Amino acid sequence: MKFARLVWANIFRNKRRTFLTTASVAVAMFLFASLRSIITTLEASAELGSEARLITRNAIGITFPLPEAYTSRLESTRGIRSVSWANWFGGVYQDPQDFFAQFAVQGESYFAMYPEIHVPDDQLDAFLRERTAAIVGAGLMERFGWSLDQTVTLQGTIFPGDWEFTIRGVYTPENPSFSDQAMYFRYDYLFERTNRQVTPGWFVLQLEDPTAAADISTTIDALFENSTAPTATETERAFQAGFVTMWGNVAGLVRAIGTAVFFAILLVAANTMMMAARERINEVAVMKTLGFQNRTLATLVLAEATIITGVGGLIGLFLAKGFINPANPVNVMLPGFNLTTGTFVAGVGISIALGLVSGAVPAWQSARLSVVQALRRVA
Amino acid sequence: MTTTKLSSDQTSSGSQTATALVEIRDLKKSYYRDSQEIPVIEGVTLTINRGEFLAMMGPSGSGKSTLLNIIAGLDSTEHGSVIVAGENVTAMSARELATWRGRHIGFVFQFYNLLPVLTAYQNIELPLLLTDLSKKERKEHVRTALDVVSLSDRAEHFPRQLSGGQQQRVGIARAIVSDPTIILADEPTGDLDAKSAEEILDLLTRLNEEFQKTIIMVTHDAKAAERAHAVMHLDKGVLSR
Repeated sequence: MKFARLVWANIFRNKRRTFLTTASVAVAMFLFASLRSIITTLEASAELGSEARLITRNAIGITFPLPEAYTSRLESTRGIRSVSWANWFGGVYQDPQDFFAQFAVQGESYFAMYPEIHVPDDQLDAFLRERTAAIVGAGLMERFGWSLDQTVTLQGTIFPGDWEFTIRGVYTPENPSFSDQAMYFRYDYLFERTNRQVTPGWFVLQLEDPTAAADISTTIDALFENSTAPTATETERAFQAGFVTMWGNVAGLVRAIGTAVFFAILLVAANTMMMAARERINEVAVMKTLGFQNRTLATLVLAEATIITGVGGLIGLFLAKGFINPANPVNVMLPGFNLTTGTFVAGVGISIALGLVSGAVPAWQSARLSVVQALRRVA
Repeated sequence: MTTTKLSSDQTSSGSQTATALVEIRDLKKSYYRDSQEIPVIEGVTLTINRGEFLAMMGPSGSGKSTLLNIIAGLDSTEHGSVIVAGENVTAMSARELATWRGRHIGFVFQFYNLLPVLTAYQNIELPLLLTDLSKKERKEHVRTALDVVSLSDRAEHFPRQLSGGQQQRVGIARAIVSDPTIILADEPTGDLDAKSAEEILDLLTRLNEEFQKTIIMVTHDAKAAERAHAVMHLDKGVLSR
């Protein structure tokens, strides 16, 4: 502690340089925390789907529907407790840029299958009584300032026309990674408005025994193998992970950017410390003359570098923590976007490592400095 | 009274006394430029007694500062030995030397060499940070050193706020604060005007006479050398009276 004042004085020797170095580390750590949070959120969403539910979709692709007649055959398959289905609607509310997901779902069965979507019983009853009713996520309600029993009009893109919905329920997800930015409405409304032309986009199957998922998936796909719409069945978790896999390159890119940023800042910090050490060659020589050990001098340099990068890192991490919050618009695309404790700890660790690595060379130089040569240079 | 015994390229002629503080025996030192050997000190033998004030003079490049650095354990030798207060400096490791310097050597530089980011007080306190003294004890030592150099009112000033003479007085306070065995001064008045130089020499004389500090001073200035008990001349690595 008695050397603290010396370290402190050296940190503020060149205030502008210290500020710029700290700021550059802060920006880098902000980027690191933000980018890593994207990855951790993606990974969390891949874990979101249930292993006890299967998703059966058209084998050609998710955008191709399946015949509604499959329902009864699925219901009669051994090991399946219940069947529901859903469709992607793709409507626009006022501004196409204000995107949110809308699903037409088989009302009675769908919400019974998703206990993690909390809807008050009376609101669910109201939803089931009215064909144009909708259940909207709490976050979406807040985002658009909607209220219960309000009628909202969406412009259909896949299904043209103006579509009116009356909000009869508000859901809150159990897991923050599950989006509260979606709207569910009744499949029969879509079915009737399209003159019964629409068919289910995908089926959701509740299993009696999750361990039988693989066998049942194989059985189902074999069942429809030679039909006009062959199916691809997988657990809901695998289905979710498939979506995340689509982000796979993004995650890789994010990691690459993060690594590049880290090394760029490492060079900046190392350069700063080298410059600072070079300016102080004479002082280091004087301190050695006074009896300072090489180890003490090296420690002082390392402490200075670590404090600069550590403070910069903490500023960046706290800025990121302030930025990554439930009100952040990124949550619309990435539900549950948050800065995890793991990311924060990793950020602190990297900041300290950055200081130690960037201070290592000047610390080593200080330790091996020849007092006589250094003093002669000044003289 | 001159108690210094010296010889060059020969063994010391005088017998050693109980008061001998620095004993240099047949010291040789060369620098190398590429493969060319440049002798700097050639077989210097010298004994300096406790409480002595010795001035070393000589032209530039004569090896004065090198000899001072070797006594301080800052530079190595190829031959010979330097014994200070009974300890063989030339046989110590770098780590041992650092500890030894902190305990026995007070160094005064020509260009003061104060740390610009520290106040006068903090600069003087630096050597004490290496000791086990408490903060309160360190404060007492620093205050005493400031009193000795008459700069108590400038304790919180940074070097840039002090004149050259004042900075050198801070440098001397730093050199004496840990009560070293010996004070080594490398051209302490070389960067000062005549008046300030006189003040510094007065201060060194006082340290020697009043506090019985042993001082070895390298200087170009004959007037400064007059303050010493003995004056040695070093020329081309050879020491003479």
